[in-house]
Amino acid sequence: MSGPAAGTPQAPLLPEGRWTRAEIVFWLVPVAAFFLLPGHLVLGSQILIVGLFALSLDLILGYAGIVSLGHAAFFGIGAYAAGLLSVHGWGEPLSGLLVAGAVAALAGWACSFLVVRGNDLTRLMVTLGIGLLLFEAANKAAFITGGVDGLSGIETWKLLGLFGFDLHGRVAYLYALAVLFLLFVLMRRLAHSPFGLSLRGIREGAKRMPAIGAPVRKHQVRIYTIAAGIAGIAGALLAQTTQFVALDVLGFPRSAELLIMLVLGGAGMLYGALVGAAVFMVAQDWLSGVNPVYWQFWIGLLLVLIVLFGHGGIMGMLAAARSRWSRRR
Amino acid sequence: MSDVLRTAGLSKHWGAFKANDGIDLALPAGARHALIGPNGAGKTTLINLLAGVHAPTAGEVFLGEENVTGLAQHQRVKRGLTRTFQINTLFAGLSVLESVVLAVCERTGASNRWLNLLSRRREEIAEAEALLAQLGLDGDAEVVTRNLPYGKQRLLEIALALATRPRILLLDEPAAGIPAAECAGLFDVLAALPPDVSILLIEHDMQLVFRFARRITVLVGGRVLTEGTPDEIAADDRVRAVYLGESGHG
Amino acid sequence: MLSNFAGILFDGIAYGSLLFLVGIGLSVTLGLMNFVNLAHGAFAMLGGYVCVVAMSRFGVPFLACLPIAFLVSALVGMLLERTLYRRLYRASPLDQVLFSIGLTFMAIAAATFAFGPGQQPVALPELLRGQVNVVGVDIGAYRLFLVAVVILITAMLAWLVARTRFGAQVRAAVDDPRAASGMGIDVGRIFALTFALGSGLAGLGGALGIDVLGLDPTFPVKYMVYFLLVVAVGGAGSIKGTLAAALILGIVDVAGKYYVPQVGAFVIYALMVLLLMLFPAGLYGRRT
Repeated sequence: MSGPAAGTPQAPLLPEGRWTRAEIVFWLVPVAAFFLLPGHLVLGSQILIVGLFALSLDLILGYAGIVSLGHAAFFGIGAYAAGLLSVHGWGEPLSGLLVAGAVAALAGWACSFLVVRGNDLTRLMVTLGIGLLLFEAANKAAFITGGVDGLSGIETWKLLGLFGFDLHGRVAYLYALAVLFLLFVLMRRLAHSPFGLSLRGIREGAKRMPAIGAPVRKHQVRIYTIAAGIAGIAGALLAQTTQFVALDVLGFPRSAELLIMLVLGGAGMLYGALVGAAVFMVAQDWLSGVNPVYWQFWIGLLLVLIVLFGHGGIMGMLAAARSRWSRRR
Repeated sequence: MSDVLRTAGLSKHWGAFKANDGIDLALPAGARHALIGPNGAGKTTLINLLAGVHAPTAGEVFLGEENVTGLAQHQRVKRGLTRTFQINTLFAGLSVLESVVLAVCERTGASNRWLNLLSRRREEIAEAEALLAQLGLDGDAEVVTRNLPYGKQRLLEIALALATRPRILLLDEPAAGIPAAECAGLFDVLAALPPDVSILLIEHDMQLVFRFARRITVLVGGRVLTEGTPDEIAADDRVRAVYLGESGHG
Repeated sequence: MLSNFAGILFDGIAYGSLLFLVGIGLSVTLGLMNFVNLAHGAFAMLGGYVCVVAMSRFGVPFLACLPIAFLVSALVGMLLERTLYRRLYRASPLDQVLFSIGLTFMAIAAATFAFGPGQQPVALPELLRGQVNVVGVDIGAYRLFLVAVVILITAMLAWLVARTRFGAQVRAAVDDPRAASGMGIDVGRIFALTFALGSGLAGLGGALGIDVLGLDPTFPVKYMVYFLLVVAVGGAGSIKGTLAAALILGIVDVAGKYYVPQVGAFVIYALMVLLLMLFPAGLYGRRT
C-alpha cells in the first residue's frame, strides 16, 4: 500500500511527449512513399489530406466524445473559402490555408454553441442538420459555388514563390505532407496537454466533470472550434492541390465516410485516424472498379462487424495484442 | 458567526411528488453535520439541489452571503462547494493519478493550457500524488479506474472531491456498499479531513453518523423532521419511530 | 386560394401522418432503449418492398398487403433485436450510430441488388384513387385514407399505452429500466416486443407511403433525416411529442416546397435547428 520512496525516479505515469521509435518509423513511411511510389502521388496527397480531416474529427470525437454527423461542413467551408479566394484573384497557397482555416474555425465556433447543448441525439441531429443546411445552401447558391458543376478556375500560385504545382503531384504531395505533419505535431501536443486530459475527462466521465469544477461547455466550444479550423485547412488543401471544389465536399456521405475511417483505425489515438484514412482510401481505390453496390454492402458489413467485435479499430486491436504479448514475456 | 452554507425554503417538486419541501438548513464553518432519514426521504435530491444538478422549484441556496441558486454546478465548485456521489461517478478509462491530476488542473486553471505538456505540470502532479498518499491510493496510481476494486473507487470518489479544495463538502453515502468491517479505514479518512471544511454527510451507517457528526438533521418525506445533537436525536421518540429498530448496518 | 391552402394543409397533415407512423418506432426505441437506430428507415423500406412483391408477384390486393408489410417488418425487427441490437444497448452512441449506418448500407445494397435502383410503381386500388370533395375542398382520396389509417393506429397506440398492462410496463421501463426490472418486469421481453412493434409500424408506413414518398433503394437515407428530425424535435419516448413534431414538420415542409420552392429543403433543416436550439430535449422531451 505504500508508494515509492521519495526521491526514487518514478516511471512516467502521464504521457511524456517524447516521440517513440514506432512514431518516427510511421512518419518515414510517407516520406519513403514519395521516392518509392512516384506514380501514386496523387492518391497519396488525397490520403494525406483526408488523414488530416480524419484527425480533426478524432479531436472532437475520439477525445471529447462529441459525435458529429456533419463534420464535412467545415471541410467544405475551407475548400470553398480557399477556392473562392483563388477564383477572385488571390491564389497564394499558404495565406489561402490560413484564411480558410480561420473562416472554418469561425463557423465552427458559431455552431459550437448549438452543439454543446442538448443530449447525444440532439447533437447528432444538429450536426447532421448543419451539414445538410450547408449542402443545400451551397447547392442553391450556384452562382457563387458553381453548384452541382463544382467550382473551377482555381489557380494555385507557386508555393513560397518557388515551387509550382506540377502534373505529377510531387509538390502537392510534399505540401500536403508538410502541412499534415505540422498540424499533427500541434494536435499531439494538445492531446498530451492538460486540456487534452480535460477532453478525455469529458469523454470518460461527463457527469463528473462539472462536479470537479470543469467548465465542460467552454472546453467543448474550444475543441470544436479548433477541429473545425483544421478540417477547413484540410479542405483548403484539397481545393488548392486539385484546383477544383466539388459539391460533395459538404455532403453527408463524406461525413459518414469519415466516421467510418475513424472507427476503422481507432478513435482517440490520433494515429488511428491516419491509419483508418489510409486503409479506407487505398481500399476504395483498389475496389473502385468493382460494382459500387458490392462496395456499399461490404462497407456496411465491415462496420457492423467492427462495432460488434473489433473494439478500438485497427490501432486498438494492435494495442491490445501488444499488451497481451508483453504480458506473456 | 455567519453560516457558510444556508438554504431557505428549498423545495423540489416533480409534478405532484414533493421530493424536497421547504427545507431550511444552515452549516457553520467547520461543521460536522449529518443528514439521515429513511430511503426515499429526499436526501440525495437535497444534495443535487445544493450542488446545482437540479434547479429548485422554490427556495434559495446561499454560500456565505452569496445567493448561488442560479449558478451551475461547476460555478459552485469554484466557490468551494463540492459533492461526492452515492454511486461511483468516476472516469472509467482514466488512471487513478490521471483522474486526480485532472481535478487539480481544473482547479488551478491549468486545464486551459493546450500547448503545454501535462507531464511538466510538476506542482499539480505533486499535489495529486500527495492526495493519493493521504487516502492510501498511491500504490494504485497507474491503475485504470474501471479495474479498481470497489472500496478503492469509493476512496477515489473522495479524492476527486478533495482535489477541488472545497470549503464545503457534501458526502453522499461514502460508505455505500462497503462492508462494516472495512468502514474503519473510511472513517479515518473522514476524521482526517481539515477542521475548517464544513461537511454535510448523508449516511445510513448509524455508527459512522454518531461517531462523526456534531449535529444531525433528520429528513422524512422530503421535510425536515427535526435537528439536533446526536444525543438529542438518539433520544427523540419520533426519530426512533421512523426508523423502528434500524441501527447500524443490517 | 383558400381551398389551395386547405389542400396544402391537408397534404401536410397526410405527409406528417406518414412521418409519425414511421417515426414513432424510432422514438420509442430511443426513449426506451436509448439506442440511436439510424437504420429504422430500412424497416420502412422493407415494408414497402414486401408490399410491392406481394402485389406484383403474388397478386395480393393492396389493402391486404398492408398487414403483411407490418408483420414481416415486425418479425425482421424482432429477429434483429434479439440477435444484434441487444448487444449494443450499453455501447457508446458512436458505436450505435455506426452499427445502424452499417445496417443501412447493407439494406440499401441488398435492395439495389434485388430490385434495381429505380422507383417502384404501385397500383392503388380503384377505391382509393381520385379526389373526394370534403366541405368544398378537393382532397386526394388516398391521402384521406392515409390520415384515417394513422388516426386509427394512433388511437390504438394510445389505448395500448394507457390501458393495457403491456403499455404500463413499457411506460415503467421507459421511466426507469432498473427499477422496472427490479419490480419483476421482463425488460428484455418488453424491448423485443416494442422494437418489433416499432419496426412493424415503420413497415406499414413504408407500404402506405409508396404513393406519397416513393420507394427506391435510397429511401432509408433520403428520409432518415426526416424521421430523426421528428424524433429529436418531438422528444424521444413521447407519442404526443412525435405526433406534434411530425405534423408540424409535415405541414412546414409541404408548405415550404409549395410557397418558396427555391429554398426547398432549407426551410425544414433551418426549422429543425431552430427548434432544437429552443428545446434541446425536444418539444416534449424529458429534461434532466
